[in-house]
Amino acid sequence: MNQAKREATRRWLGLGPAILLIFIFMIIPLCIISTYSFLESNPYGGVKPHFSFAAYSQFLFELDFDDNVVFNPAYLMIFWRSFVLALATTILCLLIGFPVAYYIALQPPSKRNLLVFLVTIPFWTNLLIRTFSWILILRDSGVVNNILIWTGIIDKPITLLYTNGAILIGLVYTYIPFIVLPIYATVEKLDIRLFEAAHDLYANRRQLMRYIILPLTAPGIIAGGILVFVPSLGAFIAPNLLGGGKKLMLGSLIQLQFASSRNWPFGSAVALLLMAVVLIAMLIYILGPARKTDMGEHAG
Amino acid sequence: MQTAIDVRHVTKKFGERTKHEVTALDDVSVSINDNEFFTLLGPSGCGKTTLLRLIAGFEYSTRGEILLYGDNLVDQPPHKRPINTVFQNYALFPHMTIAENIGFPLKMLGKSEKEISNSVNKNLELVKMREFSHRTPDQLSGGQQQRIALARALAPDPKVLLLDEPLSALDLKLRQQMRSELKTLQRETGITFVFVTHDQVEALTMSDRIAVMSVGRIRQKGGPTDIYEKPANRFVADFIGETNLIEAIVSKIEGKNIFCTINDTITLKGEGETNKNIGDHVTLALRPEKITLYHIDENIEDTFTGYINTTIYIGTDTTYLMTANNNIELTTREPNSIVGQARFKEGDKVNIKVAQGAIRILED
Repeated sequence: MNQAKREATRRWLGLGPAILLIFIFMIIPLCIISTYSFLESNPYGGVKPHFSFAAYSQFLFELDFDDNVVFNPAYLMIFWRSFVLALATTILCLLIGFPVAYYIALQPPSKRNLLVFLVTIPFWTNLLIRTFSWILILRDSGVVNNILIWTGIIDKPITLLYTNGAILIGLVYTYIPFIVLPIYATVEKLDIRLFEAAHDLYANRRQLMRYIILPLTAPGIIAGGILVFVPSLGAFIAPNLLGGGKKLMLGSLIQLQFASSRNWPFGSAVALLLMAVVLIAMLIYILGPARKTDMGEHAG
Repeated sequence: MQTAIDVRHVTKKFGERTKHEVTALDDVSVSINDNEFFTLLGPSGCGKTTLLRLIAGFEYSTRGEILLYGDNLVDQPPHKRPINTVFQNYALFPHMTIAENIGFPLKMLGKSEKEISNSVNKNLELVKMREFSHRTPDQLSGGQQQRIALARALAPDPKVLLLDEPLSALDLKLRQQMRSELKTLQRETGITFVFVTHDQVEALTMSDRIAVMSVGRIRQKGGPTDIYEKPANRFVADFIGETNLIEAIVSKIEGKNIFCTINDTITLKGEGETNKNIGDHVTLALRPEKITLYHIDENIEDTFTGYINTTIYIGTDTTYLMTANNNIELTTREPNSIVGQARFKEGDKVNIKVAQGAIRILED
């Protein structure tokens, strides 16, 4: 008993700092945000202490000139654009990241560490600076346009910057290490002898990929996908700098509410809605595979 | 008899043209017959697994070629060869059920659902694992996984089955049981088995023919009796079973019979496929169980005397280490057919008789 008690004390002491940090920097701000989302905005900044659903209804409805409540799809459109861009980012990251991770994992161990290290190099420089350099690359007088004009492929610059494409490039660039690393971790653990066995049992390269490699690396692919999709959905820097603020995404929308629009409750509400969507997506992921194995066992 | 696999002058080098170059196989030639249980036997690093991997197609030979029923396998990747492998670690797919594992090769070959399920059932039956079809590999014991690996490799009805030390991870009892099952399975299916092992007992008990390998070469080929009773060289004599290796000098040659003298005192008649001349130094091999001991007062012909130095009780048998005449060290073994104690004790003087034709003259 005494032993068990001491074990418990030690466990709580160990966990203490982390729990404290999470409480101060996550739970408390979340409480503040959710409280704000149910208050009225104060045009001079901050909130008025009056309970109201205005922030949430503003997301879908607005008052027209005659004070009628009408449906306003503008914010839904922003939500939709964020969703599509985040999805496209995830898919592109997967398409680029999977072969990279796979290649790294099949190298000899000494070379592997070096390559993983290279993947993390972008983290050494501040994201803002890295995103600004994309402006230099993509702008009308930027590297890409200059090269294309110099080689004679085009005769006047094509607009690359401040487009959805630019945002997509920025997002893919920002988040690709997050997909390479978890996939690398799962591929590295794979038993290469299973590949040989599959070949021996008449699987060609395509079948090997489809029936052996993809199913076995699915946990890494899903983890990496979440690590890319979730932050892309609320991304702020790339959409703002590379989209020029013209193509609003959720991150910029939230930022606007707290800054120039001075509508803190609405900003809070959008932030919470975003979180809810992410949570639901995560729940589906967590419950999904578990459900499947249950069914498998009942069938057996 | 038809040749299933014809290995012709195959050399395999790893890390060629680097300072780590290793020759795993050195000009190996061997023919494996149709419907044969053929074993590649040798210590680790002898090249037996490399040869198996070359036949499977996981490695390509540096020189030489391998033919399957007359067809050159050189340009055929593993998935195009009608050869399947039972891997040492079984290599079952962890994300598939047992039935899916066995059905996998058939699915890859584009067989219909019905054909697949029929074959899965038939092969589960074959390895007596019917009730396990819906389990996953991690729910099975090592022996059970072994059977599933076997069923999976047999499911597509390969022309040749390769087995890479498949019994090495099993405990002794299970290993003994699987030996006879494998042999039965080979007879029933009529598929050519190529079995790789470092365990001489496995090789001797299961094989139709054995190739004994060391450092990238085949040192002797033959049936289990040939390999055991008539080892061609020092390596084979020493690697398989226990053996007395005796240095001698050829003293007389009468046709096939070669008489060798040991320490100028004992002359023994030996056999062997060698071209030796009188006066040549040779090594003789003599299996311990081919030596019979008699009490010194028994009057037996063709014996020589010796002293028992050590007796070792090993349950079924007793091993005697003795010195015959002038410092010839010999080991012999006899079954403990009398209850209670061994026939001789340390220090006893005994008459030693060697069985007719038991002395082999080794090539090197």
